[in-house]
Amino acid sequence: MSAVSVRDVTVAFEAFRVFDGLSLDIEEGEFIVLLGPSGCGKSTLLNAIAGLLDVSSGQIWIGGRNVTWEEPKDRGIAMVFQSYALYPRMSVRQNMSFGLKMAKTPKAEIARRVHQAAELLQISHLLDRRPDQLSGGQRQRVAIGRALVRDAAVFLFDEPLSNLDAKLRNELRVEIKRLHARLGKTTMVYVTHDQIEAMTLADRIVVLKEQKVQQIGSPDEIYRRPANLFVAGFVGSPQMNFIKGRIEGSGTGPEFVSGQRRLPLAEYRFVSKPRPGQQVVLGVRPEHLEIAEAGTWPGFKIDIVEPMGADMVIWCSDGEGSIQVRTHGSRRATPGTPLTLGVDVGQVSLFSAETGERI
Amino acid sequence: MTTVSIRAPGISPPATTKARRRIRTRLPAAFALLPTALVVLVVYIGCMLWTVRLSFTSSTLLPKLDWVGLAQYSRLFANDRFLTSAENIVIFGALFISGCLILGFLLAVFIDQNVRGEGIFRTLFLYPYAMSFVVTGVAWQWFLNPGLGLQKLVRDMGFESFTFDWLVNQDMAIYTIVIAGLWHGSGLTMAILLAGLRGVDEDLWKAARVDGIPTWRVYTSIVLPLLRPMVVTATVLLATGVVKLYELVVAMTLGGPGIATEVPAKFVMDHLFERNNIALGTAAATIMLIAVVSVLAPWVYARYVRPQGRHA
Amino acid sequence: MSAVEPHGRRPRHLTIGRIGIYAFLITAALFFLLPLWIMIVTSLKPMDEIRLGNIVALPTAPTFEAWTKAWSSACTGLECNGISVGFWNSVRILIPSVVLSIAAGAINGYALSFWRVKGANLMFGILLLGAFIPYQVFLYPLVRIFSMTGVYNSLLCIVLVHVIFGLPTMTLLFRNYYAGLPLELFKAARIDGGGFWTIFLRVILPMSTPMIVVASILQVTGIWNDFIFGLTFAGRENLPMTVQLNNIVHSTQGERAYNVDMAATMLAALVPLVVYFVSGRWFVRGIAAGAVKG
Repeated sequence: MSAVSVRDVTVAFEAFRVFDGLSLDIEEGEFIVLLGPSGCGKSTLLNAIAGLLDVSSGQIWIGGRNVTWEEPKDRGIAMVFQSYALYPRMSVRQNMSFGLKMAKTPKAEIARRVHQAAELLQISHLLDRRPDQLSGGQRQRVAIGRALVRDAAVFLFDEPLSNLDAKLRNELRVEIKRLHARLGKTTMVYVTHDQIEAMTLADRIVVLKEQKVQQIGSPDEIYRRPANLFVAGFVGSPQMNFIKGRIEGSGTGPEFVSGQRRLPLAEYRFVSKPRPGQQVVLGVRPEHLEIAEAGTWPGFKIDIVEPMGADMVIWCSDGEGSIQVRTHGSRRATPGTPLTLGVDVGQVSLFSAETGERI
Repeated sequence: MTTVSIRAPGISPPATTKARRRIRTRLPAAFALLPTALVVLVVYIGCMLWTVRLSFTSSTLLPKLDWVGLAQYSRLFANDRFLTSAENIVIFGALFISGCLILGFLLAVFIDQNVRGEGIFRTLFLYPYAMSFVVTGVAWQWFLNPGLGLQKLVRDMGFESFTFDWLVNQDMAIYTIVIAGLWHGSGLTMAILLAGLRGVDEDLWKAARVDGIPTWRVYTSIVLPLLRPMVVTATVLLATGVVKLYELVVAMTLGGPGIATEVPAKFVMDHLFERNNIALGTAAATIMLIAVVSVLAPWVYARYVRPQGRHA
Repeated sequence: MSAVEPHGRRPRHLTIGRIGIYAFLITAALFFLLPLWIMIVTSLKPMDEIRLGNIVALPTAPTFEAWTKAWSSACTGLECNGISVGFWNSVRILIPSVVLSIAAGAINGYALSFWRVKGANLMFGILLLGAFIPYQVFLYPLVRIFSMTGVYNSLLCIVLVHVIFGLPTMTLLFRNYYAGLPLELFKAARIDGGGFWTIFLRVILPMSTPMIVVASILQVTGIWNDFIFGLTFAGRENLPMTVQLNNIVHSTQGERAYNVDMAATMLAALVPLVVYFVSGRWFVRGIAAGAVKG
């Protein structure tokens, strides 16, 4: 039984259809990240699951119950927002207990849950402060605390870290991951446009673009075997190198050809059978290229070097186009130096130039 | 050491030229502000002090500069007309401000419920604010006059014993002025509070829905505290309107029946320009000034003086 | 397909709550509309119909007789030239008052927000406080000053009074608006060698259009609707429309002609109503900006 099940859901505003028959199953205890650029519909989907938005057709099931027309409070969910959405002029304690009080939870039980959540999030010393006396990071902890006391089976996060600075974001990201591990069977649905958050937190990532699911898979799958050009380009930094070319058949098997560059594809795991002469795009992540003595592609020259501490990104070109290579930070590299690139065929992706889909 | 002491005077001349140049470039700015400074000095400060001074004289038709101490004030507080005026302005002020805030808040909240024709409703609620108090007064006087207005209308509908004669009833006339005032001013409150409601973070509403907090409770416990600055702005605006209440009374009741709807502003105007009792009029004006300042002072203190102290 | 149809109660869109909301709003709308409605219908009825009929009923045979009478021959005290006299007086007062008070506000606001003049903030503070003080506190001495200088009871006098008492709001409006403009703009103009007036006329004023619109709305309605200053300072020859209207309504000769009263009232309300309906959202912005926020 899945914890959250979105079945053939259509969401429409007036004539504009945000989703048309979208389905998604989320397992109990799973950490799902909805990833995509702004306007891709990820927040709309989350709001539909929360019941903050009416679906036009289809069903939403949570914990084995059809909750399509249930009020958000009756769905067994808790939610954390980007702007924290703490109730102003109420203390942290009141913020956390307001919902429970409305639900007529016994006082002792409220106190117990607030205490527990505050302990877990290390905000016990802040309980009597008001939101405007807290820092951004503390506010988001309180917002998470307010969600925790609801004892919900499903947690929904709507870009919870986007308003925080980089350092706090990293801190809270780890905290959320730890929380998920501690809570055990709690399901989490997390919306973000930040691919690092998605990669680090998710059990499975759902990549969305223009209201369509592009790919569902583990971070590893998404990263190593992107389903199409969009996913390949959206995930990973520095971005994947894309090289336009075509498939040529030869005696030993198909081969990728782009000008002087050739790459035998005997070891490539094709999804669909390639046609000889087919126009394709080869995708290679910068770290899957090697600077080699005798490599696959000779004739490159270093343009720019970007040291990044542990790593280094080398921009090099061979007259046909620029390619980024990621290598150890300790390597010596000087612009103008000629070099040869080695390509690991097991790590590349091939996409149809026509449809953008993986082949 | 010597070199330093010799050079020191040599450094200062450029500094003074710089200061002088700064003064010269700012001169046109100072010049531009001069007329306003004069107005502040002569009208806002001078006339005010002059009025206060006159209240300690025995001036009648023409101003005199003698000194009779607080004699005018004791006359004032023995004056029925003035006491009624003071009582009326308190009744009007309390009912008008609270009425406008409540009605304005309700209108804003109801308009905020995603209703159709929102623009039409907003336009209809606010248009009276564009009309003058004289127009407002004349319109309501016509509608509320018992002979041909509302009372007759309801009686003609078959309720023979219906009575609504507040306009000509000594005890109730002031409330008709409150009604006309509400009609004129609650749209403004609505507009200010509606702008505030639209500024409330949408996530806050979502959070409250997930928490299962009833809508009315969200408004009272979460939204209303957020609207406090708008409520203060509206209150200040309404309160200044209360003090200035004059035209509405003149147009609606002329202070009548009898002296039932006299207000301080009208008392001052009448004594200054019709009853030729300048000293008594200025004494009443001074009382108005004191009343306004005593209401204003805590607000100014809370807003400008105290926060500075806290941040320091 | 039926397997994925949502089950359970689908929320209806017209619940009792929704009906309640509309009922409240419509009732309120009627309350706000009623006076305007009865003014219009009364002004279109002959007196006989008013005496006998229903105050809210439509006129059986609409006539503009009352409007013509109100415009050109209703009595405002001893003279019977209608409210048209007041209308033109109001126009003559309005135009110079609005132009001058906006100009004064813009110059003050500019000087206050871009130039540091000693004591300017103190002056501005007093000016703002002055906005809260009831006019009655200033009126009598002001009358004395004007009669001593010989301008009392003239067009110049009433225009000056409007400019003087428009100063706080106008200055505040433009000061706040200019405070929101980037200071770099002013600095760049200074480096380019602009002086006080050059920067104002070439750089700042061309950027002020939105505030000038807002200020105009505020001042046109405010000055048109003024009663107390017109009554006190304009003199018999220049009485504005509001004062004339009050005189028509309260003139005690004979039976009150309610239809003429209402036609005159409508005529007096026309200018601000047109401003209101034409300006729409700008009007709200104007009063919000005019609200003294400090």
